[in-house]
Amino acid sequence: MKLALESEDIQKKFGHFTALGGVTIQVPRGEFVTLFGRNGAGKTTFLKIAATLMRPTDGSFRVEGIDIRKEPERARRQIGFLSHNTFIYRDLSAIENLRFFCRLYGADSSDSRLMGLLERVGLRRRANDTVRNFSRGLQQRVGIARVLLHDPQLVLLDEPYTGLDAQAVTMLNDMLDEIVKDGRTVILTTHDLEQGLRAATRVLIMDRGKIVLSAEAHDPEIRATYSRLIVTGARR
Amino acid sequence: MKPVVAIIHKDVAIEFRNKESISSMLWFGLLVLVIFSFSFDSSGAGDVDIRAGLLWVAFSFAGILGLNRSLSMESDNDCLQGLLLAPVDRGDLYLGKVAGNLVFSLVAELIILPVFAVLQHVHFDWKLLAIAGITVAGTLGFVSIGTTLSMISAHTRMKEVILPVLQIPMTLPVILCAVTATDMVLKNETAGISFPLSVLGLFSIVYLTASYFIFEYVVEE
Repeated sequence: MKLALESEDIQKKFGHFTALGGVTIQVPRGEFVTLFGRNGAGKTTFLKIAATLMRPTDGSFRVEGIDIRKEPERARRQIGFLSHNTFIYRDLSAIENLRFFCRLYGADSSDSRLMGLLERVGLRRRANDTVRNFSRGLQQRVGIARVLLHDPQLVLLDEPYTGLDAQAVTMLNDMLDEIVKDGRTVILTTHDLEQGLRAATRVLIMDRGKIVLSAEAHDPEIRATYSRLIVTGARR
Repeated sequence: MKPVVAIIHKDVAIEFRNKESISSMLWFGLLVLVIFSFSFDSSGAGDVDIRAGLLWVAFSFAGILGLNRSLSMESDNDCLQGLLLAPVDRGDLYLGKVAGNLVFSLVAELIILPVFAVLQHVHFDWKLLAIAGITVAGTLGFVSIGTTLSMISAHTRMKEVILPVLQIPMTLPVILCAVTATDMVLKNETAGISFPLSVLGLFSIVYLTASYFIFEYVVEE
């Protein structure tokens, strides 16, 4: 079984505050993992460490078998990261944004390829429009195209549904289904239980920097733990 | 070098579109020049030659404004994180940002310089060319450390205030050497100019090299 992501006793401390208190998980290739947890549980910190945006205080982390501490640049080639912030430049057009990121990733930046990517996210007709004039949902679509342009094996999504209207949510879900169909691994964090369970194969629930539940997506224990920890706010 | 070129290209494209960085630096620098020129003429401080200092005050204030614009370009929509996700050595990302900031600063300064010459009665001869050379060296030192400091201040709440508070003391050696060298040129006393220029060059190299290696830690959350 090839692992897309493997973390061992990952810890992250900010001064005296422990954001992650030893997270150990193994995610096989092709899995769709949803990470639930209330605000401050450590979900975003975990994803940022996986994306090499943050250094863990302790522990080891591998993405597609690559140690992210020893070979962060190689690991980044395997990772696509999307958060509620799209990381795209509002003063550039959609196609200019993609062209810039293609150059950074050393990916094919030909117009035909970029237009194909924009077609996939339904933005072909607005390829040359400045992103500043896009709605939140349209900006998120450019963000999705940015995530996919270097063909990553591991897609990390941090609260991607935030601020999206129903149509944009449907589009994002269609894109996620395509990503899964391509055999890529997805790790999603969200507060929305139904969205999170929609395509998940496995669910992790975090609380105070630790994994408190790891279960198959159909396990009834998920809803009970979600309700107890996240809805009512009861502690472990 | 490809990521460096890509970042310069991107920064220039954004500047062409919104025209925020160079125009704000230019107008601010010109305002400083004009206000100081008229203030000191009317106050009768003519015995003391403050021209070199005046020029570098204008360049420094305009430069800080430019660095703030550059910072807000990367802070908007968390674009800096997008850069950091790229499979590129973070030192190269730093060089790209330095190059972009250097280009914008030099464009603004090369427009400010002739206005300075007119207001301060400096002839358009070799002196102005020499000052332009000092400007390039001084600006390189200024943006080398300024780019790093702007990324440090990006993680703070009052980033627009923190940047000048960090920048001005850190670039003091660069500014002092540039002012000394400019003053020597303006006074036609260039015999010992190699010393301030050497120190200026040394600081620029040290700032550039040190920042290249520490940038990875600076941008980390």
